[in-house]
Amino acid sequence: MDHQCPDPDRLRLRQPRFQGLTSGHRACAGCGAAITARLVLEATGPDVLVANATGCLEVFSTPWPESAWRVPWIHSLFENAGSVAAGMEAALKAQGRDTKVIAFGGDGGTFDIGFRALSGMLERYHNVLYVCYDNEAYMNTGVQRSSSTPHAARTTTSPPGKARMGKRHLKKDILSIVAAHHIPYAATASVAYPPDLRKKVRRALAIEGPTFLHVHSPCPLGWGHDGALSIEIARLAVETGMFPLIELERGGVTGVMPIRNPRPVAEYLRRQARFRHLFQDDAKAREELEHLQAIADHNIEFYGLTGHGPDALDTEGADTAHRGGMRWA
Amino acid sequence: MPAALEGSQAIARAVALCRPQVVAAYPITPQTHIVENISKLVADGRFDCELVSVESEFSAASVVLGAAAAGARAYTASSSQGILLMTEVLYDISGMRIPLVLTCANRAVSAPLNIWNDQQDAMAVRDSGWIMLFCADNQEAVDTTVQAFRIAERTELPVMVCVDGFTLTHTLEPIDLPSQEDVDAFLPPFEFERRLDPARPISQGTLVSPEWFPEVRHANYQALLAAEAEIEAAARDWAGLVGRETGALVEADGPGEARTGVLCMGSIHGTLEAARAAAPDLEPVRLIRLRCFRPLPLAAIEAACAGLDRLIVLERAIAPGLGGVLTTELRAFFADRADAPRIYGFAVGLGGRDVPLETLGRALASSAADNPRHFAVLDLEPEKLPEEDR
Ligand SMILES: Cc1ncc(C[n+]2csc(CCOP(=O)(O)OP(=O)(O)O)c2C)c(N)n1
Ligand code: SF4
Repeated sequence: MDHQCPDPDRLRLRQPRFQGLTSGHRACAGCGAAITARLVLEATGPDVLVANATGCLEVFSTPWPESAWRVPWIHSLFENAGSVAAGMEAALKAQGRDTKVIAFGGDGGTFDIGFRALSGMLERYHNVLYVCYDNEAYMNTGVQRSSSTPHAARTTTSPPGKARMGKRHLKKDILSIVAAHHIPYAATASVAYPPDLRKKVRRALAIEGPTFLHVHSPCPLGWGHDGALSIEIARLAVETGMFPLIELERGGVTGVMPIRNPRPVAEYLRRQARFRHLFQDDAKAREELEHLQAIADHNIEFYGLTGHGPDALDTEGADTAHRGGMRWA
Repeated sequence: MPAALEGSQAIARAVALCRPQVVAAYPITPQTHIVENISKLVADGRFDCELVSVESEFSAASVVLGAAAAGARAYTASSSQGILLMTEVLYDISGMRIPLVLTCANRAVSAPLNIWNDQQDAMAVRDSGWIMLFCADNQEAVDTTVQAFRIAERTELPVMVCVDGFTLTHTLEPIDLPSQEDVDAFLPPFEFERRLDPARPISQGTLVSPEWFPEVRHANYQALLAAEAEIEAAARDWAGLVGRETGALVEADGPGEARTGVLCMGSIHGTLEAARAAAPDLEPVRLIRLRCFRPLPLAAIEAACAGLDRLIVLERAIAPGLGGVLTTELRAFFADRADAPRIYGFAVGLGGRDVPLETLGRALASSAADNPRHFAVLDLEPEKLPEEDR
């Protein structure tokens, strides 16, 4: 008799996850934004309202008269997902409905043009989970730089050439800026770690107030890699320290996903055409490679990513983060 | 029982009577008193709503968009730079057929910076797909506010209620506020068919390709034209309920023998009426007030202008490189009418310049010449300008 300990795989088959974003949409194969939206909604279930900023996710999911969304969904503009979500939340509150509002924005719609709306929503303490799917450029308009584009990456508006090595500026630290609003919960996540991502969504949903999830979401088209490698590349971003997986509560770091043996940043960069110019035999290229390695090293040191504590167990329900020695589910 | 109320205070009280569930706004002169009064009503527990004090007008419009999409009755107010900052959202609201109400306290648009009244802000968003109503006085502003919610909710179109900044918003007048019972009887609770609801998930604001886009635009265009009937019905039913007339589409009055009409929007109508009454030896004049600017009620305008030889349009805005918005629209409309009046257009009272009683006489005198294509700033003082700018 195994009724006390059902096989989780069989249980899962019998109870498939909620598919808030179904198949049939027009995303490129291996699109991280699509994976992010799907994973987030797997964790939220159907009782949500979604506000979506203009960008790839919105465009590929709703070519009228089709829609891949199985939850109530609205797209207004590029720069107002935070405010539209705030209005939806205010309406729900006024009506006494306790449905949760989720906003989705790309890095452009979040870090740049939609930043004012996001900041206002956080400051006014709306009960909204804002999810930024970060593919590190304006993909929908053909891969232009954003303030989230990593240093030295190639985009169509930060092309490398004789006088330039790709983007000249640093990737904006949006999580710290968001955390500076003293919101109860802000975290990074990656499509390469679905259980961790879903767990963070559940955590955010349990909180009454503004929460923020920053999800690293590879874009095969913009980053220049095979769609089949999206997860591998996203995982390398975490394992090299380029995209640390962390959690903050009221601005303080309360959880990090440890990396036992950090991999060299070059392993992550080499797989993507947007960093190809860094691998030519050239002093400036070597300098930029070192610069990027230094950024990863800094992340590892700053967040104590190699620190003590249990390794990440990338399985549903297991601890994927540790916070001051305390385990939480 | 009329009470002496400042225009903004009266509008705020009227808004509260309509029981919007979500109000979002950002302060700008001369709209500020409306928001402040609403905030005070909420703080005093006299108005139960989610008041969202946003970080910009862009967000004010976006918040009410989201709120109404989620099924709440929603309200916002702005002016001038705020209206222009909202522009992108205004188009989005009407394009998605989201019903809500906005008060525009009309003000000039920078540069140069000027906080005083004209109607340049409303003219700048004339093609945003909103119903646009212009109020003659504060009583009409109160009554129009209540009507606006019904019009919006029945047509599924947003309504902009325009009131002249300062002239109306900051003026104390005796106002008859309607009773809560009357407003409730007139305005049933908002039931939005397409509200965002997990029980019936729908997608709104999707990507629409060339295959569908013209049909969507056509449907919006038709809906705005068809709104005329609801605007008239709201005015009629409101008058039936409270016994007080407001304008509907167009108002015209004057002696039957008048061959000259003077057309305007907003509060200068009162000035023109007073001017006409004060100068009995002026030639007979029919005063025509456009209360409804969008949809442009062409049939009603034609009826109001019947028998006129001359139509003088007084505008509170200017369209650089063109002249006057309304003047041009009316000339275009009358262009193929055999019995069309000659149309003269003037900008008057730009940036809050006082519009005195003499305006009427000056407009009549300035349109005696035989050049109907004329457009000019009526109250210009050319001696203030260098020779080359006159
Ligand atoms: C006000 C405004 N400016 C520019 C655009 C054009 N535009 C649409 S989507 C987009 C980029 C979106 O980038 P991001 O938010 O990173 O999302 P992604 O496309 O990468 O998913 C741009 C520039 C717009 N729609 N609105
Ligand atoms: S361009 Fe990038 S973000 Fe857009 S659909 Fe393709 S993979 Fe996804």
